[in-house]
Amino acid sequence: MGKVYNRIESIVGNVITVKANGVQYKELAQISTRFGKSLAQVNKIEGDIVSLQIFAGGQGVSTGDEVRFLGHEMRVSFSEDLLGRIFNGSGEPRDKGPALTENLKAIGGPSVNPTKRILANRMLRTNIPMIDMFNTLVVSQKLPIFSISGEPYNQLLARIAMQAEADVIVLGGMGLKYDDFLYFKDALSKGGALSKTVMFIHTASDPTVECMMIPDMSLAVAEQFALQNKDVLVLLTDMTNFADAMKEIAITQEQVPSNRGYPGDLYSQLASRYEKAVDFADSGSITVLAVTTMPGDDVTHPVPDNTGYITEGQYYLKGGRIEPFGSLSRLKQNVNGKTRKDHRALMDAMIRMYSSYKDTLEKKNMGFSMSKWDEKLLRYGELFENKLMSLSVNLTLEQALDLGWDILAECFSREETGIKSDLMNEFWPNK
Amino acid sequence: MTENTGKVVSVNGNLISVEFKGVVSMNEICYVKVDDAILKSEVIRIRGNVAQIQVYEMTNGIKCGDAVEFTGEMLSAELGPGLLGQIYDGLQNPLPVLAERAGWFLERGIYADGLNYEKKWEFTPTAKVGDVVRAGEYIGTVPESSFLHKIFVPFYLLGSYTVKSIVAKGEYTVKETVAVLVDGRGREVPLTMSFKWPVKRAVKCYSERLAPVETMETKVRLVDSFFPVAKGGTYCTPGPFGAGKTVLQHTTSKYADVDIVIIAACGERAGEVVETLTEFPELIDPKTNRSLMERTIIICNTSSMPVASREASVYTSVTLAEYYRQMGLHVLLLADSTSRWAQALREMSGRLEEIPGEEAFPAYLESYIAAFYERAGYVRLPDGSTGSVTIGGTVSPAGGNFEEPVTQATLKVVGAFHGLSRERSDARKYPAIDPLISWSKYKSVIDVEKLDFCKSILQQGYETSAMMKVIGEDGTTLIDYITYLKSEMLDAVYLQQNSFDLVDANCGTERQRYVTDRLIRILGSSYSIENKDEARSFFNSMRQKFIDWNYAEFGNEEFKKTETEINNLYLSKKGKLAQPIEELLKDGVQ
Repeated sequence: MGKVYNRIESIVGNVITVKANGVQYKELAQISTRFGKSLAQVNKIEGDIVSLQIFAGGQGVSTGDEVRFLGHEMRVSFSEDLLGRIFNGSGEPRDKGPALTENLKAIGGPSVNPTKRILANRMLRTNIPMIDMFNTLVVSQKLPIFSISGEPYNQLLARIAMQAEADVIVLGGMGLKYDDFLYFKDALSKGGALSKTVMFIHTASDPTVECMMIPDMSLAVAEQFALQNKDVLVLLTDMTNFADAMKEIAITQEQVPSNRGYPGDLYSQLASRYEKAVDFADSGSITVLAVTTMPGDDVTHPVPDNTGYITEGQYYLKGGRIEPFGSLSRLKQNVNGKTRKDHRALMDAMIRMYSSYKDTLEKKNMGFSMSKWDEKLLRYGELFENKLMSLSVNLTLEQALDLGWDILAECFSREETGIKSDLMNEFWPNK
Repeated sequence: MTENTGKVVSVNGNLISVEFKGVVSMNEICYVKVDDAILKSEVIRIRGNVAQIQVYEMTNGIKCGDAVEFTGEMLSAELGPGLLGQIYDGLQNPLPVLAERAGWFLERGIYADGLNYEKKWEFTPTAKVGDVVRAGEYIGTVPESSFLHKIFVPFYLLGSYTVKSIVAKGEYTVKETVAVLVDGRGREVPLTMSFKWPVKRAVKCYSERLAPVETMETKVRLVDSFFPVAKGGTYCTPGPFGAGKTVLQHTTSKYADVDIVIIAACGERAGEVVETLTEFPELIDPKTNRSLMERTIIICNTSSMPVASREASVYTSVTLAEYYRQMGLHVLLLADSTSRWAQALREMSGRLEEIPGEEAFPAYLESYIAAFYERAGYVRLPDGSTGSVTIGGTVSPAGGNFEEPVTQATLKVVGAFHGLSRERSDARKYPAIDPLISWSKYKSVIDVEKLDFCKSILQQGYETSAMMKVIGEDGTTLIDYITYLKSEMLDAVYLQQNSFDLVDANCGTERQRYVTDRLIRILGSSYSIENKDEARSFFNSMRQKFIDWNYAEFGNEEFKKTETEINNLYLSKKGKLAQPIEELLKDGVQ
């Protein structure tokens, strides 16, 4: 099987065209160049002119190279053997393990029938107070981590990977710095989470086309695990690189750009990945956390903007902390009413106080005199930031709630907190 | 079906070019045959003997030479009893049926009938043999939910027909012939209880279109009082992400005073549809005492479903709305979000290599948006009754900037604009409709003069607060400061509303009028207050009392008790009503 062609008609960037018949849209081909073999995928057919994007990139491809069509779409092998392994965007091993070729599943499959979904209603614990307590992550939620280059978002992801209550972790790295890749590998193996993790890694020096395959590969594997009744957590970093890779290919193929050079289907492309997050009726689930770096800290940039419309909230990672104000978990009210009865009230009160603290801080910086109340708020803000907001804090939800009461009691009197009396009687620390 | 076929000559995403031999019409439906399935598609451009078609499914695996079969029909919705309570995709496939056949996923190439062909409905004829009927008139009824579902002479029949025969009262399926009509030349037309109508054509079987003057209650104070929507009118809700567009529409879909609600989840999150699906069957519609689901149709084409059927979904929805309007019902269509529909147009336009307009949207964007909203309206039907379609669409502007093409094109054609602001939603002031930029051309449930007074308070308050940011609280006069507190109070107790509280979310017209009168009395009075601290604490307690009041059932003991407390508080500061305000309230407040 597989037709072979020895004449490449054109090479533009990472896209080549070949004259061929009977080729299917999205079919894979193998191209043999002087640097070795690479996969390529059909992305346009016009009569007998077939365009293919080469995974390894167009560099060094010659017009006489051999193109062999494989007769199938991009697939990924699925079995328990995946756990603990690392692959690249073409599905080849990045570690020293054997290549997996059994039980191949097509990637980028159809979306889940909405009537087969159930309402997200289970909390996913991460032991990070700013998440568990203030913006609870819910099983099957899709949430981006909006951040800026230089922030410790990969450290945050690694911590979530190690601590989250998930059966399987799938990590998709796009345009990762090699150091970051090593860091993930190291952190996960030290943290003992490697054995339940599958990694699909594209580093910054790998070919662009492979970057585009990472989310689909990761999510296809996640979907298979979820159908085996597993709770899967998919961590993607960084989706802005994914969008940029799409932009690169679109421009190469002379598509009309819509906004800052991004293709017009950016929203649909991002949505078809994020929407893979699901809680299956009578089966497992997929939760997606995806880093989106905002160029120039601009939330109106097309990538974070479109993402925000798709996802169920966002975490803002800024200054090494998850900001309580910009961050929002839209699904938190589905779960935080049934954790502990003081959860919601304490969360609201602490955020309200923190907001007052911010106002006071502004006043202080403008040189206004500080009242006694202001002093209390300043003390509170400092404790809150150090004891709860810092990313190094590692507490269960219950410990975090207890600590929250302690902080309040240390700074304020009971009446000043505005919390309902019956909760006060039960939870206010006696000293 | 015509034996008209063609073959694929090019594939570019979901746009496919097909070489054909016979006759092909624009917007005709055709099917592409690939190895494992047949894929529904629509002709969107014809050049010579090549038709370009958009495929409503993923196009993986299609190759040149694959056969395409043309059907000769346009994309149509199947109309008949059994639409209510359904959950459809954009092409009117019932999703629960697809789930039975295909399982977890929406596998491509699997289609199901829009109506249940097995179910029997109790048909009561209203026409008799010899009657002369025209398209849009009805020949019988069947009970559906709490309505009498009218069985129409299909909208596509031209001219007049004579009833040759009609069945007796009894149980029939939607596919059984219930009547036979004959036209002037003696040709017989058998009628069933269902027929198809091309979704992109507006239904015009009405006697006349009337001006939308009757206010549609949404129970949202900020909407009904400040920026009302009329039955048969149109409105749009643009806002940045997280501003609460969907929650606002969700609330409206629950409480709006209409007969039928059609929810078009167009290119948005699947989770939100699941929420509606979980919640609605449990909720009871107080008007009919039936589950809310029985007055609802959901058309959902969520963001990860194929983009071409996203475009079709808004048309399918509005066609179903028009169908129920023809029965003399008031229908509300909520489309979330029209930007995703516009983006679907943009994607296709890009593939067609059309010359792009602003932000690469096609040049015909405005006329398409206008044509869609124009399908709303309040009409008088052939039998003298009236019905309406009201359309409310959310817009998701890129970066939250209302200057973008979709928002601007929409603003030109709607009758009310509910602009959501990031500032208000960040401050957790919900619904986050910005009162300073929104507008409505429809009639409010409260008197114009009262409304103007409230708006003037908001405007003055805004100006004072802008000033206070510069000169500080200390530099502001007591009078200005009180005006500012008044506007803050109006905002907190009237504009803001808790959509998750059963009582507060459901604030009827009568209550809105009652509360506004009491509120105006407080806002329009002067008080004997010495300093700002006193003013602040007075308005804070007043605000707290009003909020408690909002949570009390209208007219019950607690409601009355709180009202008395408000009154006492008012008297404690020797509130004195200003003369013009007294005039304003002369018919109300004791």
